[in-house]
Amino acid sequence: MKLFEYEAKDIFLGYGIAVPEGNIANNSNEAEAIAREINRPVVLKSQILVSGRGKGGGIIFADSITESEKEASKLIGTLIKGIIVDRLLVEEKLDIAEQYYASVIIDRKAKKYVILASTSGGVDIEEIAKISPEKIVRYWVHPADGFSKQAAESMLSQFSNLSHDDITKFASIIHTLYKVTMDYDAELVEINPLVKTASGKFIAADARIIVDDNAIFRHPEFSSRDMVRSDDTPLEAEARKQGISYVDLSGDIGIIGNGAGLVMATLDLVNYFGGKPANFLDVGGGAKPEVIKKGLKLVMSKPEVKGVLVNCLGGITRCGIVAQGIIEALQEACEKKPIIVRMIGTDEKEGIQLLNEAGVPVYPTLEEAAEEILKRT
Amino acid sequence: MGIILSEKPKVIVQGITGNTGRFHTALMLQYGTNIVAGVTPGRGGEEVEGIPVFNTVSEASGKFNSDTSIMFVPANTAKDAVFEAISAGIKILVIITEGIPQKDAIQFINKANDIGDIIIIGPNSPGLIAPPHKINIGIMPDHIFNRGNVGIVFRSGTLTYEIAWHITNKGLGQSTCVGIGGDAIVGLDYIKILKMFKADEETKKVVLLGEIGGNAEELVAQYISETNYPKPVVAYIAGRSAPSGKRMGHAGAIIMGNTGTAESKINAFTAAGVPEAEKPSDVVKLLEI
Repeated sequence: MKLFEYEAKDIFLGYGIAVPEGNIANNSNEAEAIAREINRPVVLKSQILVSGRGKGGGIIFADSITESEKEASKLIGTLIKGIIVDRLLVEEKLDIAEQYYASVIIDRKAKKYVILASTSGGVDIEEIAKISPEKIVRYWVHPADGFSKQAAESMLSQFSNLSHDDITKFASIIHTLYKVTMDYDAELVEINPLVKTASGKFIAADARIIVDDNAIFRHPEFSSRDMVRSDDTPLEAEARKQGISYVDLSGDIGIIGNGAGLVMATLDLVNYFGGKPANFLDVGGGAKPEVIKKGLKLVMSKPEVKGVLVNCLGGITRCGIVAQGIIEALQEACEKKPIIVRMIGTDEKEGIQLLNEAGVPVYPTLEEAAEEILKRT
Repeated sequence: MGIILSEKPKVIVQGITGNTGRFHTALMLQYGTNIVAGVTPGRGGEEVEGIPVFNTVSEASGKFNSDTSIMFVPANTAKDAVFEAISAGIKILVIITEGIPQKDAIQFINKANDIGDIIIIGPNSPGLIAPPHKINIGIMPDHIFNRGNVGIVFRSGTLTYEIAWHITNKGLGQSTCVGIGGDAIVGLDYIKILKMFKADEETKKVVLLGEIGGNAEELVAQYISETNYPKPVVAYIAGRSAPSGKRMGHAGAIIMGNTGTAESKINAFTAAGVPEAEKPSDVVKLLEI
């Protein structure tokens, strides 16, 4: 779960990391009031969860209070990368001397958290890694040892251009970032840029936190929050509400299967035969008829979908149950679209018989089923 | 004797009294797996499928001298259950549980690595099956598998059933099939399993099933190429048509920026000289070459 910049900054503030003076504005009047209170040039930052927000025109500087109001009224309600801007973070414009970078991420290969710090902030870390890899230092944290202030300081002492005082301030921030990562079960915590102001203060000019979806149960403060992501399409949002693993794609063949890898392979095969999948939908292991029914109705409801391919490989999932779900969905779906089922595995006899009786064509191999749905759409 | 397992491992089922644990205990027993005990805190003294249930792993492992466990416990208590298993002397731990927080997985996998001789399979793994020895420690439907000499390592259970089904239908079979798990952070990885297949007399050929996300497939391709891997390997990668930035079912199956694409993985296998099947049914054709 991605947190908004203002949420991440609130968390940082609670841990003693300095953030720019500012507040959240829901309309241009509020933006004006915040700018008046700050009484210095401000920056208006769209609170949307997409990357490349700045390049997309979502971050605007305003030198005066009237300009803040004017720019805020332009920005609120506009689309940035397909997302409507409904809130702005209005903040003081920092007097930047240096831009640094700090983050904690998970290294899948090392199976550890890794702390990244760079003296070259303000651009993507991938970009820094490409252009000046010598400007990035890393520290892999052993979970039993944690990440001490001393470790942070010795990590940063590799930067010869940082003064002792800067190292102490920077180290205190990355040390705290690791603590935030642990406390919030984050899979990413990032400050980019970490600004050193002309007066020598270290301030988190931007803030990103992604909380591990699997750990939400430990964070009741997020459980009441709408689980729908702002980068969800309407159907993805609907699926998420219903607890279905669904991703929208741009084609016209609906795809449903059990198991993530199998569904991906099904999409790939439809593609291979020249078709265009309309979605990814994994009903998961041991799915109940209710889930199959909801999933199929969801896919059928997508206007672009001309036909649906269901790939059921029985294991812990029983073919009979899948067949039952399909039949119920077909009875309830308002619009009838061609459907082809591939079905083998646990309980296949019952499943195939049920589908045959309901007039749904069933094939034993995925390739036959994929070719058949392409013929019919 | 295949990989990972001993001739007749004595298996403990953690979380045996839950619906999933109960259901799969019956199936594993039916196949021939030597399940000796179950564990559910507070349910000691009960029986499931004729298997005695204990309150703690150490009671069960002590009584039966067992060092192998399969876990069906819920995600929110999984970390404690793994630490309990480790301190009770379990050396092979198969974690079926899906949805374990990454922080927890990092903690227990590093703990196991520090101790050194502990194998963790998963989390979010469908387990492992060794058809020549009739051992199934997991949730894979055994009737799809057949005794043979093809070792399979994979992330996704049902995709593996698809591939195994083609292999079995051709009259071939499998030696050991191991699911490393669909999460981003898992214990055993492709490279470790390929090293085991290399030393395993029962395994003559290896099928490696990958999917988008991370760079584990690229790393194993590099390993194959650098070590001049002595056994034929056939690869298949799922997710060629996956978009960037979206999780495709598995927690680990996500393309981030340019990292984790199917293209990058396929290129890595091609560079390593590993034939890559374009569709699932081609895997068995490539095996027969």
